[in-house]
Amino acid sequence: MTTLQTQTTLTREIAGRTVQVNEEGYMTQANEWSREIAGAIAHDEGLLDLTPAHWKVIEFCRQTANGGKSPTLRQITGGTGITTKEMFALFPKGPAKKVARIAGLGKPEGCV
Amino acid sequence: MKKLLILGAGTAGTMVANKLDRLLHADSDDWQITLIDQHPIHYYQPGFLFIPFGIYDKDDVIKPKRDFIPAGVEFIEATIEQIEPEHNRVHLGNGQALAYDFLIIATGADIHPEQTPGLGEHAWGHSIHTFYSLEGSMALFETLRTWKGGRLVLNVVENPIKCPVAPLEFLMMADAFFCEKGMRDRVELVYATPLPGAFTKPVAAHMLNHLLAEKNIKVEPEFMTERVEPDAKKLVSYDEREIGYDLLVSVPLNMGAAVIGSSGLGDELNYVPVDQYTFVSGKYPNIFALGDAAAIPASKAGSVAHFAVDTFGENFVGYIHGQELKPLFDGHANCFIESGFGKGLLIDFNYTTEPLPGRYPLPGLGPFTLLEESKANHWGKMMFKWMYWNILLKARELPLPAQMSMAGKQLAGK
Repeated sequence: MTTLQTQTTLTREIAGRTVQVNEEGYMTQANEWSREIAGAIAHDEGLLDLTPAHWKVIEFCRQTANGGKSPTLRQITGGTGITTKEMFALFPKGPAKKVARIAGLGKPEGCV
Repeated sequence: MKKLLILGAGTAGTMVANKLDRLLHADSDDWQITLIDQHPIHYYQPGFLFIPFGIYDKDDVIKPKRDFIPAGVEFIEATIEQIEPEHNRVHLGNGQALAYDFLIIATGADIHPEQTPGLGEHAWGHSIHTFYSLEGSMALFETLRTWKGGRLVLNVVENPIKCPVAPLEFLMMADAFFCEKGMRDRVELVYATPLPGAFTKPVAAHMLNHLLAEKNIKVEPEFMTERVEPDAKKLVSYDEREIGYDLLVSVPLNMGAAVIGSSGLGDELNYVPVDQYTFVSGKYPNIFALGDAAAIPASKAGSVAHFAVDTFGENFVGYIHGQELKPLFDGHANCFIESGFGKGLLIDFNYTTEPLPGRYPLPGLGPFTLLEESKANHWGKMMFKWMYWNILLKARELPLPAQMSMAGKQLAGK
Protein backbone atom coordinates (compact mmCIF):
# COMPACT_ATOMS: atom_id res chain seq x y z
CA MET A 1 0.00 0.00 0.00
CA THR A 2 1.40 3.39 -0.93
CA THR A 3 1.56 5.97 1.78
CA LEU A 4 2.72 9.42 1.13
CA GLN A 5 3.53 12.52 3.03
CA THR A 6 1.14 15.12 1.60
CA GLN A 7 1.61 17.96 4.07
CA THR A 8 5.23 18.83 4.66
CA THR A 9 6.35 22.04 6.31
CA LEU A 10 9.68 23.08 4.91
CA THR A 11 11.36 26.38 5.50
CA ARG A 12 14.04 28.29 3.71
CA GLU A 13 15.93 31.46 4.39
CA ILE A 14 15.49 34.04 1.67
CA ALA A 15 16.84 37.60 1.91
CA GLY A 16 17.47 37.16 5.62
CA ARG A 17 13.95 35.93 6.45
CA THR A 18 12.72 32.40 7.13
CA VAL A 19 9.72 31.52 4.97
CA GLN A 20 7.65 28.38 4.42
CA VAL A 21 8.13 26.64 1.07
CA ASN A 22 6.99 23.40 -0.57
CA GLU A 23 9.23 20.63 -1.92
CA GLU A 24 9.77 22.55 -5.14
CA GLY A 25 10.79 25.74 -3.34
CA TYR A 26 7.57 27.70 -3.94
CA MET A 27 6.51 29.86 -1.00
CA THR A 28 3.34 28.54 0.62
CA GLN A 29 2.42 31.56 2.77
CA ALA A 30 1.69 34.49 0.49
CA ASN A 31 1.81 36.92 3.44
CA GLU A 32 5.47 36.12 4.16
CA TRP A 33 6.46 37.66 0.84
CA SER A 34 8.31 40.97 0.46
CA ARG A 35 9.93 42.86 -2.39
CA GLU A 36 13.36 41.93 -1.05
CA ILE A 37 12.40 38.24 -1.13
CA ALA A 38 11.16 38.67 -4.71
CA GLY A 39 14.48 40.19 -5.68
CA ALA A 40 16.40 37.32 -4.09
CA ILE A 41 14.28 34.62 -5.76
CA ALA A 42 14.56 36.42 -9.10
CA HIS A 43 18.33 36.46 -8.66
CA ASP A 44 18.30 32.68 -8.09
CA GLU A 45 16.23 32.34 -11.26
CA GLY A 46 18.86 34.22 -13.25
CA LEU A 47 17.01 37.54 -13.36
CA LEU A 48 19.66 39.86 -11.99
CA ASP A 49 17.85 43.11 -12.57
CA LEU A 50 14.11 43.52 -12.07
CA THR A 51 12.90 46.34 -14.33
CA PRO A 52 9.67 48.36 -13.92
CA ALA A 53 8.07 45.95 -16.44
CA HIS A 54 8.97 42.98 -14.25
CA TRP A 55 7.53 44.75 -11.21
CA LYS A 56 4.35 45.60 -13.06
CA VAL A 57 3.78 41.89 -13.68
CA ILE A 58 4.79 40.82 -10.16
CA GLU A 59 2.55 43.41 -8.54
CA PHE A 60 -0.37 42.48 -10.78
CA CYS A 61 0.02 38.84 -9.72
CA ARG A 62 0.15 39.78 -6.05
CA GLN A 63 -2.99 41.90 -6.37
CA THR A 64 -5.05 39.36 -8.29
CA ALA A 65 -3.85 36.16 -6.57
CA ASN A 66 -6.82 34.01 -5.71
CA GLY A 67 -6.27 31.99 -2.55
CA GLY A 68 -2.49 32.12 -3.01
CA LYS A 69 -2.76 30.95 -6.66
CA SER A 70 -1.05 33.00 -9.32
CA PRO A 71 -3.21 34.29 -12.20
CA THR A 72 -2.93 32.60 -15.60
CA LEU A 73 -0.68 33.97 -18.33
CA ARG A 74 -3.78 35.22 -20.17
CA GLN A 75 -4.98 37.06 -17.07
CA ILE A 76 -1.56 38.64 -16.68
CA THR A 77 -1.34 39.78 -20.30
CA GLY A 78 -4.96 41.03 -20.24
CA GLY A 79 -4.45 42.84 -16.95
CA THR A 80 -1.08 44.46 -17.61
CA GLY A 81 -1.13 45.04 -21.37
CA ILE A 82 2.16 43.14 -21.66
CA THR A 83 2.01 40.63 -24.54
CA THR A 84 2.70 36.93 -24.18
CA LYS A 85 5.81 37.31 -26.32
CA GLU A 86 7.10 40.08 -24.03
CA MET A 87 6.33 37.92 -21.01
CA PHE A 88 8.65 35.25 -22.40
CA ALA A 89 11.36 37.91 -22.89
CA LEU A 90 10.91 39.26 -19.33
CA PHE A 91 10.69 35.85 -17.65
CA PRO A 92 12.39 33.38 -20.02
CA LYS A 93 11.54 29.65 -20.00
CA GLY A 94 8.08 29.41 -18.50
CA PRO A 95 6.93 32.88 -17.44
CA ALA A 96 3.78 31.71 -15.61
CA LYS A 97 5.81 29.41 -13.37
CA LYS A 98 8.67 31.86 -12.92
CA VAL A 99 6.42 34.79 -12.01
CA ALA A 100 4.51 32.60 -9.56
CA ARG A 101 7.75 31.69 -7.81
CA ILE A 102 9.04 35.28 -7.64
CA ALA A 103 5.65 36.61 -6.50
CA GLY A 104 5.52 34.05 -3.69
CA LEU A 105 2.49 32.28 -5.12
CA GLY A 106 1.59 28.70 -6.11
CA LYS A 107 2.70 27.44 -9.51
CA PRO A 108 0.13 26.76 -12.26
CA GLU A 109 -1.44 23.34 -11.71
CA GLY A 110 -3.79 20.94 -13.41
CA CYS A 111 -6.44 18.91 -11.61
CA VAL A 112 -4.31 15.78 -11.33
CA MET B 1 -45.80 34.55 -11.13
CA LYS B 2 -41.99 34.53 -10.77
CA LYS B 3 -39.83 33.92 -13.81
CA LEU B 4 -36.67 31.83 -13.87
CA LEU B 5 -34.63 31.75 -17.07
CA ILE B 6 -31.97 29.13 -17.72
CA LEU B 7 -29.58 29.87 -20.59
CA GLY B 8 -28.14 26.73 -22.18
CA ALA B 9 -29.56 23.20 -22.24
CA GLY B 10 -26.27 21.31 -22.03
CA THR B 11 -25.27 19.16 -19.08
CA ALA B 12 -25.59 21.77 -16.31
CA GLY B 13 -28.61 23.59 -17.79
CA THR B 14 -30.60 20.39 -18.33
CA MET B 15 -29.78 19.07 -14.87
CA VAL B 16 -30.69 22.29 -13.10
CA ALA B 17 -33.94 22.59 -15.10
CA ASN B 18 -34.94 19.11 -13.92
CA LYS B 19 -33.86 19.76 -10.35
CA LEU B 20 -35.66 23.08 -10.02
CA ASP B 21 -38.78 21.85 -11.82
CA ARG B 22 -39.05 19.22 -9.10
CA LEU B 23 -38.27 21.60 -6.23
CA LEU B 24 -40.22 24.68 -7.35
CA HIS B 25 -43.23 22.98 -8.91
CA ALA B 26 -43.75 20.43 -6.14
CA ASP B 27 -46.52 22.30 -4.40
CA SER B 28 -47.12 25.53 -6.28
CA ASP B 29 -47.55 27.06 -9.71
CA ASP B 30 -45.82 30.29 -8.70
CA TRP B 31 -42.78 29.72 -10.88
CA GLN B 32 -42.38 29.78 -14.63
CA ILE B 33 -39.16 28.05 -15.71
CA THR B 34 -37.89 28.69 -19.25
CA LEU B 35 -34.87 26.97 -20.80
CA ILE B 36 -33.22 28.44 -23.89
CA ASP B 37 -30.76 26.82 -26.28
CA GLN B 38 -30.00 27.27 -29.95
CA HIS B 39 -29.34 23.58 -30.70
CA PRO B 40 -31.88 20.72 -30.67
CA ILE B 41 -29.24 18.00 -30.07
CA HIS B 42 -27.73 17.04 -26.72
CA TYR B 43 -24.19 15.65 -26.92
CA TYR B 44 -22.73 13.17 -24.47
CA GLN B 45 -19.38 14.94 -24.61
CA PRO B 46 -17.36 12.35 -22.62
CA GLY B 47 -18.13 9.94 -25.47
CA PHE B 48 -16.25 12.03 -28.06
CA LEU B 49 -13.00 10.51 -26.74
CA PHE B 50 -14.06 7.01 -27.80
CA ILE B 51 -15.11 7.85 -31.35
CA PRO B 52 -11.62 8.21 -32.94
CA PHE B 53 -10.82 4.66 -31.82
CA GLY B 54 -14.07 3.17 -33.14
CA ILE B 55 -15.36 2.27 -29.65
CA TYR B 56 -18.38 4.59 -29.90
CA ASP B 57 -20.08 5.98 -32.95
CA LYS B 58 -22.32 8.99 -33.47
CA ASP B 59 -25.44 7.26 -32.15
CA ASP B 60 -23.83 6.71 -28.75
CA VAL B 61 -23.37 10.40 -28.10
CA ILE B 62 -26.44 12.23 -29.44
CA LYS B 63 -30.07 12.44 -28.34
CA PRO B 64 -32.75 15.12 -28.75
CA LYS B 65 -32.54 17.77 -26.01
CA ARG B 66 -36.32 17.70 -25.61
CA ASP B 67 -36.18 14.08 -24.33
CA PHE B 68 -34.55 15.38 -21.14
CA ILE B 69 -36.60 18.49 -20.51
CA PRO B 70 -39.48 18.04 -18.07
CA ALA B 71 -43.05 18.94 -19.05
CA GLY B 72 -43.10 21.76 -16.48
CA VAL B 73 -40.26 23.62 -18.19
CA GLU B 74 -40.81 25.69 -21.34
CA PHE B 75 -38.10 25.10 -23.95
CA ILE B 76 -37.31 27.78 -26.52
CA GLU B 77 -34.95 26.88 -29.36
CA ALA B 78 -33.27 30.18 -30.21
CA THR B 79 -29.94 31.95 -30.09
CA ILE B 80 -29.21 34.26 -27.15
CA GLU B 81 -28.34 37.70 -28.50
CA GLN B 82 -27.95 39.88 -25.43
CA ILE B 83 -28.29 39.70 -21.67
CA GLU B 84 -29.23 42.96 -19.96
CA PRO B 85 -28.46 42.36 -16.29
CA GLU B 86 -29.40 45.92 -15.33
CA HIS B 87 -32.89 45.41 -16.77
CA ASN B 88 -33.35 41.72 -15.91
CA ARG B 89 -33.97 40.92 -19.55
CA VAL B 90 -32.62 38.58 -22.23
CA HIS B 91 -32.97 39.18 -25.97
CA LEU B 92 -33.24 36.17 -28.27
CA GLY B 93 -32.39 35.75 -31.95
CA ASN B 94 -36.06 35.11 -32.74
CA GLY B 95 -36.92 38.67 -31.67
CA GLN B 96 -38.32 37.74 -28.25
CA ALA B 97 -37.27 39.70 -25.16
CA LEU B 98 -37.71 37.70 -21.96
CA ALA B 99 -37.88 39.29 -18.52
CA TYR B 100 -36.64 37.32 -15.52
CA ASP B 101 -36.60 37.43 -11.76
CA PHE B 102 -33.68 35.01 -11.59
CA LEU B 103 -31.21 34.01 -14.30
CA ILE B 104 -29.04 30.89 -14.45
CA ILE B 105 -26.27 30.98 -17.04
CA ALA B 106 -25.22 27.53 -18.25
CA THR B 107 -23.90 28.36 -21.69
CA GLY B 108 -20.84 26.14 -21.35
CA ALA B 109 -17.46 26.34 -23.06
CA ASP B 110 -16.40 25.59 -26.61
CA ILE B 111 -13.21 25.26 -28.63
CA HIS B 112 -11.73 28.15 -30.62
CA PRO B 113 -9.11 26.91 -33.10
CA GLU B 114 -9.24 30.28 -34.88
CA GLN B 115 -7.51 31.86 -31.86
CA THR B 116 -4.20 30.14 -32.69
CA PRO B 117 -2.51 31.10 -35.97
CA GLY B 118 -2.30 28.17 -38.38
CA LEU B 119 -4.44 25.82 -36.28
CA GLY B 120 -7.95 26.04 -37.69
CA GLU B 121 -6.95 26.71 -41.29
CA HIS B 122 -6.49 24.57 -44.42
CA ALA B 123 -4.98 21.56 -42.61
CA TRP B 124 -7.86 21.40 -40.09
CA GLY B 125 -9.55 18.03 -40.51
CA HIS B 126 -6.61 16.67 -42.55
CA SER B 127 -3.26 16.64 -40.72
CA ILE B 128 -4.70 18.61 -37.76
CA HIS B 129 -7.60 17.20 -35.76
CA THR B 130 -9.46 17.55 -32.50
CA PHE B 131 -11.67 15.21 -30.51
CA TYR B 132 -13.40 18.09 -28.70
CA SER B 133 -16.37 18.06 -31.10
CA LEU B 134 -18.46 15.33 -32.69
CA GLU B 135 -17.39 16.33 -36.21
CA GLY B 136 -13.76 16.46 -35.09
CA SER B 137 -13.90 13.02 -33.49
CA MET B 138 -15.52 11.50 -36.57
CA ALA B 139 -12.94 13.05 -38.90
CA LEU B 140 -10.14 11.76 -36.66
CA PHE B 141 -11.67 8.27 -36.75
CA GLU B 142 -11.46 8.35 -40.54
CA THR B 143 -7.84 9.54 -40.45
CA LEU B 144 -6.72 6.98 -37.85
CA ARG B 145 -8.29 4.09 -39.81
CA THR B 146 -5.78 4.43 -42.60
CA TRP B 147 -2.90 6.30 -40.90
CA LYS B 148 0.47 4.72 -41.66
CA GLY B 149 2.18 5.95 -38.49
CA GLY B 150 4.67 8.65 -37.63
CA ARG B 151 4.73 11.26 -34.87
CA LEU B 152 1.36 11.98 -33.29
CA VAL B 153 1.49 15.12 -31.16
CA LEU B 154 -1.32 16.13 -28.82
CA ASN B 155 -1.15 19.76 -27.75
CA VAL B 156 -3.21 21.70 -25.25
CA VAL B 157 -3.16 25.34 -26.33
CA GLU B 158 -4.11 26.87 -22.99
CA ASN B 159 -5.89 26.01 -19.74
CA PRO B 160 -8.56 25.78 -18.51
CA ILE B 161 -10.02 23.16 -20.82
CA LYS B 162 -13.10 20.98 -20.57
CA CYS B 163 -12.31 17.61 -19.03
CA PRO B 164 -8.64 18.30 -18.17
CA VAL B 165 -7.79 14.57 -18.11
CA ALA B 166 -9.09 13.88 -21.63
CA PRO B 167 -5.72 14.61 -23.34
CA LEU B 168 -4.02 11.97 -21.18
CA GLU B 169 -6.83 9.54 -21.82
CA PHE B 170 -6.54 10.10 -25.56
CA LEU B 171 -2.80 9.37 -25.53
CA MET B 172 -3.09 6.25 -23.38
CA MET B 173 -5.94 4.97 -25.55
CA ALA B 174 -3.92 5.77 -28.67
CA ASP B 175 -1.04 3.67 -27.27
CA ALA B 176 -3.42 0.71 -26.84
CA PHE B 177 -5.08 1.32 -30.23
CA PHE B 178 -1.79 1.28 -32.14
CA CYS B 179 -0.52 -1.73 -30.15
CA GLU B 180 -3.64 -3.66 -31.05
CA LYS B 181 -3.21 -2.68 -34.70
CA GLY B 182 0.34 -4.02 -34.56
CA MET B 183 1.89 -0.67 -35.49
CA ARG B 184 2.92 0.84 -32.16
CA ASP B 185 6.61 0.61 -33.20
CA ARG B 186 5.83 2.99 -36.06
CA VAL B 187 4.10 5.60 -33.88
CA GLU B 188 5.67 8.20 -31.61
CA LEU B 189 3.29 9.75 -29.05
CA VAL B 190 4.06 13.24 -27.71
CA TYR B 191 2.08 15.34 -25.21
CA ALA B 192 2.78 19.08 -25.41
CA THR B 193 1.24 20.80 -22.39
CA PRO B 194 1.51 24.36 -21.06
CA LEU B 195 1.65 22.91 -17.53
CA PRO B 196 4.94 21.97 -15.81
CA GLY B 197 4.15 18.27 -16.39
CA ALA B 198 1.50 15.69 -17.27
CA PHE B 199 0.70 15.36 -13.56
CA THR B 200 1.17 18.43 -11.39
CA LYS B 201 -0.32 17.35 -8.07
CA PRO B 202 2.36 15.73 -5.89
CA VAL B 203 0.58 12.47 -5.01
CA ALA B 204 -0.80 11.90 -8.50
CA ALA B 205 2.59 12.69 -10.03
CA HIS B 206 4.27 10.22 -7.68
CA MET B 207 1.79 7.46 -8.48
CA LEU B 208 1.14 8.01 -12.17
CA ASN B 209 4.26 9.35 -13.89
CA HIS B 210 5.43 5.76 -14.45
CA LEU B 211 2.30 5.07 -16.54
CA LEU B 212 3.33 7.45 -19.29
CA ALA B 213 6.93 6.19 -19.24
CA GLU B 214 5.73 2.56 -19.50
CA LYS B 215 3.47 3.48 -22.39
CA ASN B 216 6.32 5.41 -24.05
CA ILE B 217 4.39 8.67 -24.16
CA LYS B 218 6.79 11.60 -24.25
CA VAL B 219 5.90 14.80 -22.43
CA GLU B 220 6.95 18.27 -23.59
CA PRO B 221 6.14 20.43 -20.53
CA GLU B 222 5.60 24.19 -20.39
CA PHE B 223 4.92 24.28 -24.10
CA MET B 224 2.83 27.39 -24.78
CA THR B 225 1.77 27.10 -28.41
CA GLU B 226 2.20 30.39 -30.21
CA ARG B 227 1.40 29.14 -33.69
CA VAL B 228 1.10 26.11 -35.89
CA GLU B 229 2.84 25.97 -39.25
CA PRO B 230 0.50 23.63 -41.10
CA ASP B 231 2.61 23.28 -44.25
CA ALA B 232 5.88 22.63 -42.39
CA LYS B 233 3.84 20.48 -39.96
CA LYS B 234 5.26 21.94 -36.80
CA LEU B 235 4.15 23.58 -33.57
CA VAL B 236 6.08 26.64 -32.41
CA SER B 237 6.01 27.83 -28.80
CA TYR B 238 6.37 31.38 -27.47
CA ASP B 239 9.92 30.53 -26.39
CA GLU B 240 10.80 29.39 -29.94
CA ARG B 241 10.74 25.66 -29.30
CA GLU B 242 9.51 23.60 -32.25
CA ILE B 243 7.78 20.23 -32.36
CA GLY B 244 7.34 18.57 -35.73
CA TYR B 245 4.35 16.27 -36.26
CA ASP B 246 2.85 13.97 -38.84
CA LEU B 247 -0.55 14.10 -37.15
CA LEU B 248 -1.56 16.85 -34.74
CA VAL B 249 -4.44 16.26 -32.33
CA SER B 250 -5.14 19.60 -30.75
CA VAL B 251 -7.17 20.85 -27.83
CA PRO B 252 -7.73 24.44 -28.98
CA LEU B 253 -8.32 27.39 -26.67
CA ASN B 254 -11.59 26.90 -24.75
CA MET B 255 -13.83 29.92 -24.21
CA GLY B 256 -17.25 30.65 -22.81
CA ALA B 257 -20.09 31.89 -25.02
CA ALA B 258 -19.47 35.16 -26.89
CA VAL B 259 -22.78 36.58 -25.60
CA ILE B 260 -21.37 36.47 -22.05
CA GLY B 261 -18.56 38.79 -23.10
CA SER B 262 -20.71 41.10 -25.22
CA SER B 263 -23.19 41.42 -22.33
CA GLY B 264 -20.41 42.53 -19.96
CA LEU B 265 -20.76 39.46 -17.75
CA GLY B 266 -17.53 37.64 -18.56
CA ASP B 267 -13.86 37.47 -17.65
CA GLU B 268 -11.03 37.43 -20.24
CA LEU B 269 -12.26 34.05 -21.54
CA ASN B 270 -16.00 34.87 -21.40
CA TYR B 271 -16.60 32.83 -18.25
CA VAL B 272 -18.89 34.32 -15.60
CA PRO B 273 -17.18 35.19 -12.30
CA VAL B 274 -19.32 33.76 -9.49
CA ASP B 275 -18.84 32.72 -5.88
CA GLN B 276 -17.10 29.35 -5.94
CA TYR B 277 -19.25 27.93 -3.12
CA THR B 278 -22.72 29.22 -4.13
CA PHE B 279 -22.50 30.20 -7.83
CA VAL B 280 -24.05 33.62 -7.28
CA SER B 281 -22.65 36.53 -9.29
CA GLY B 282 -20.73 39.02 -7.20
CA LYS B 283 -22.36 41.86 -9.10
CA TYR B 284 -25.97 40.73 -9.57
CA PRO B 285 -27.62 38.82 -6.71
CA ASN B 286 -30.26 37.35 -9.07
CA ILE B 287 -27.74 35.88 -11.54
CA PHE B 288 -26.01 32.52 -11.17
CA ALA B 289 -23.65 30.53 -13.40
CA LEU B 290 -23.36 26.74 -13.36
CA GLY B 291 -21.26 24.20 -15.23
CA ASP B 292 -18.44 25.13 -17.60
CA ALA B 293 -19.76 28.71 -17.97
CA ALA B 294 -18.75 29.55 -14.39
CA ALA B 295 -15.34 31.08 -13.69
CA ILE B 296 -14.53 29.06 -10.58
CA PRO B 297 -11.34 27.14 -9.73
CA ALA B 298 -13.06 23.75 -10.24
CA SER B 299 -12.60 21.42 -13.21
CA LYS B 300 -14.82 21.95 -16.23
CA ALA B 301 -16.40 18.50 -16.09
CA GLY B 302 -19.82 16.86 -16.01
CA SER B 303 -19.29 15.45 -12.52
CA VAL B 304 -18.56 18.93 -11.22
CA ALA B 305 -21.78 20.19 -12.85
CA HIS B 306 -23.70 17.32 -11.23
CA PHE B 307 -22.37 17.96 -7.72
CA ALA B 308 -22.79 21.69 -8.25
CA VAL B 309 -26.46 21.35 -9.23
CA ASP B 310 -27.01 18.99 -6.30
CA THR B 311 -25.84 21.63 -3.82
CA PHE B 312 -27.36 24.54 -5.73
CA GLY B 313 -30.96 23.27 -5.85
CA GLU B 314 -31.72 23.26 -2.13
CA ASN B 315 -29.67 26.44 -1.66
CA PHE B 316 -31.68 28.28 -4.31
CA VAL B 317 -35.02 27.30 -2.78
CA GLY B 318 -33.90 28.76 0.56
CA TYR B 319 -32.55 31.87 -1.16
CA ILE B 320 -35.85 32.75 -2.88
CA HIS B 321 -37.50 32.48 0.53
CA GLY B 322 -35.14 35.06 1.95
CA GLN B 323 -32.42 32.86 3.43
CA GLU B 324 -28.71 33.42 2.94
CA LEU B 325 -26.90 31.16 0.47
CA LYS B 326 -24.86 28.50 2.24
CA PRO B 327 -21.29 27.75 1.06
CA LEU B 328 -22.25 24.19 0.08
CA PHE B 329 -20.17 23.45 -3.01
CA ASP B 330 -16.67 22.22 -2.21
CA GLY B 331 -15.30 21.91 -5.76
CA HIS B 332 -15.95 18.16 -5.79
CA ALA B 333 -14.95 16.35 -9.01
CA ASN B 334 -14.96 12.64 -9.72
CA CYS B 335 -13.46 11.51 -13.01
CA PHE B 336 -12.73 8.17 -14.58
CA ILE B 337 -9.53 8.23 -16.64
CA GLU B 338 -9.49 5.59 -19.37
CA SER B 339 -5.94 4.22 -19.61
CA GLY B 340 -6.23 1.65 -22.43
CA PHE B 341 -6.18 -2.16 -22.57
CA GLY B 342 -9.51 -2.38 -20.72
CA LYS B 343 -8.30 -0.49 -17.67
CA GLY B 344 -8.90 2.89 -16.12
CA LEU B 345 -8.08 5.17 -13.22
CA LEU B 346 -10.37 7.18 -10.98
CA ILE B 347 -9.73 10.50 -9.28
CA ASP B 348 -11.88 12.13 -6.59
CA PHE B 349 -10.92 15.55 -5.27
CA ASN B 350 -12.15 19.03 -4.34
CA TYR B 351 -10.92 22.60 -3.86
CA THR B 352 -8.67 21.71 -0.95
CA THR B 353 -7.91 17.99 -1.29
CA GLU B 354 -5.78 16.76 -4.18
CA PRO B 355 -6.47 13.34 -5.77
CA LEU B 356 -5.42 10.65 -3.26
CA PRO B 357 -5.16 6.86 -3.45
CA GLY B 358 -7.78 4.57 -1.89
CA ARG B 359 -11.15 3.04 -2.75
CA TYR B 360 -14.43 4.59 -3.94
CA PRO B 361 -17.26 4.85 -3.08
CA LEU B 362 -17.06 2.21 -0.32
CA PRO B 363 -13.98 2.57 1.93
CA GLY B 364 -11.73 -0.49 1.57
CA LEU B 365 -14.09 -2.18 -0.91
CA GLY B 366 -14.49 0.13 -3.89
CA PRO B 367 -15.26 -1.38 -6.33
CA PHE B 368 -13.35 1.51 -7.88
CA THR B 369 -9.66 2.15 -7.20
CA LEU B 370 -8.45 5.72 -6.73
CA LEU B 371 -5.25 6.76 -8.53
CA GLU B 372 -4.61 3.16 -9.51
CA GLU B 373 -5.36 1.29 -12.73
CA SER B 374 -8.09 -1.36 -12.59
CA LYS B 375 -10.59 -3.12 -14.80
CA ALA B 376 -13.41 -1.98 -12.47
CA ASN B 377 -12.62 1.65 -13.28
CA HIS B 378 -12.85 0.89 -17.00
CA TRP B 379 -16.29 -0.67 -16.52
CA GLY B 380 -17.29 2.31 -14.41
CA LYS B 381 -16.37 4.60 -17.27
CA MET B 382 -18.29 2.47 -19.79
CA MET B 383 -21.38 2.31 -17.52
CA PHE B 384 -21.22 6.03 -17.07
CA LYS B 385 -22.87 6.66 -20.47
CA TRP B 386 -26.04 4.89 -19.29
CA MET B 387 -25.90 6.77 -15.99
CA TYR B 388 -25.55 10.07 -17.81
CA TRP B 389 -28.54 9.63 -20.11
CA ASN B 390 -30.81 7.92 -17.59
CA ILE B 391 -29.99 9.38 -14.18
CA LEU B 392 -27.68 12.39 -14.23
CA LEU B 393 -29.33 14.54 -16.90
CA LYS B 394 -32.73 14.12 -15.30
CA ALA B 395 -31.17 15.08 -11.95
CA ARG B 396 -32.41 11.88 -10.33
CA GLU B 397 -31.00 11.10 -6.89
CA LEU B 398 -27.74 9.16 -6.71
CA PRO B 399 -26.66 7.45 -3.49
CA LEU B 400 -23.44 9.48 -3.55
CA PRO B 401 -22.96 12.64 -1.49
CA ALA B 402 -22.36 15.89 -3.36
CA GLN B 403 -19.52 16.86 -1.04
CA MET B 404 -16.24 14.97 -1.31
CA SER B 405 -15.66 12.39 1.41
CA MET B 406 -12.31 11.49 2.97
CA ALA B 407 -13.63 7.99 3.80
CA GLY B 408 -11.68 5.41 1.80
CA LYS B 409 -8.80 7.75 1.01
CA GLN B 410 -5.26 7.09 2.21
CA LEU B 411 -3.63 9.98 3.98
CA ALA B 412 -0.03 10.74 4.77
CA GLY B 413 1.44 8.37 7.30
CA LYS B 414 -1.77 6.36 7.75
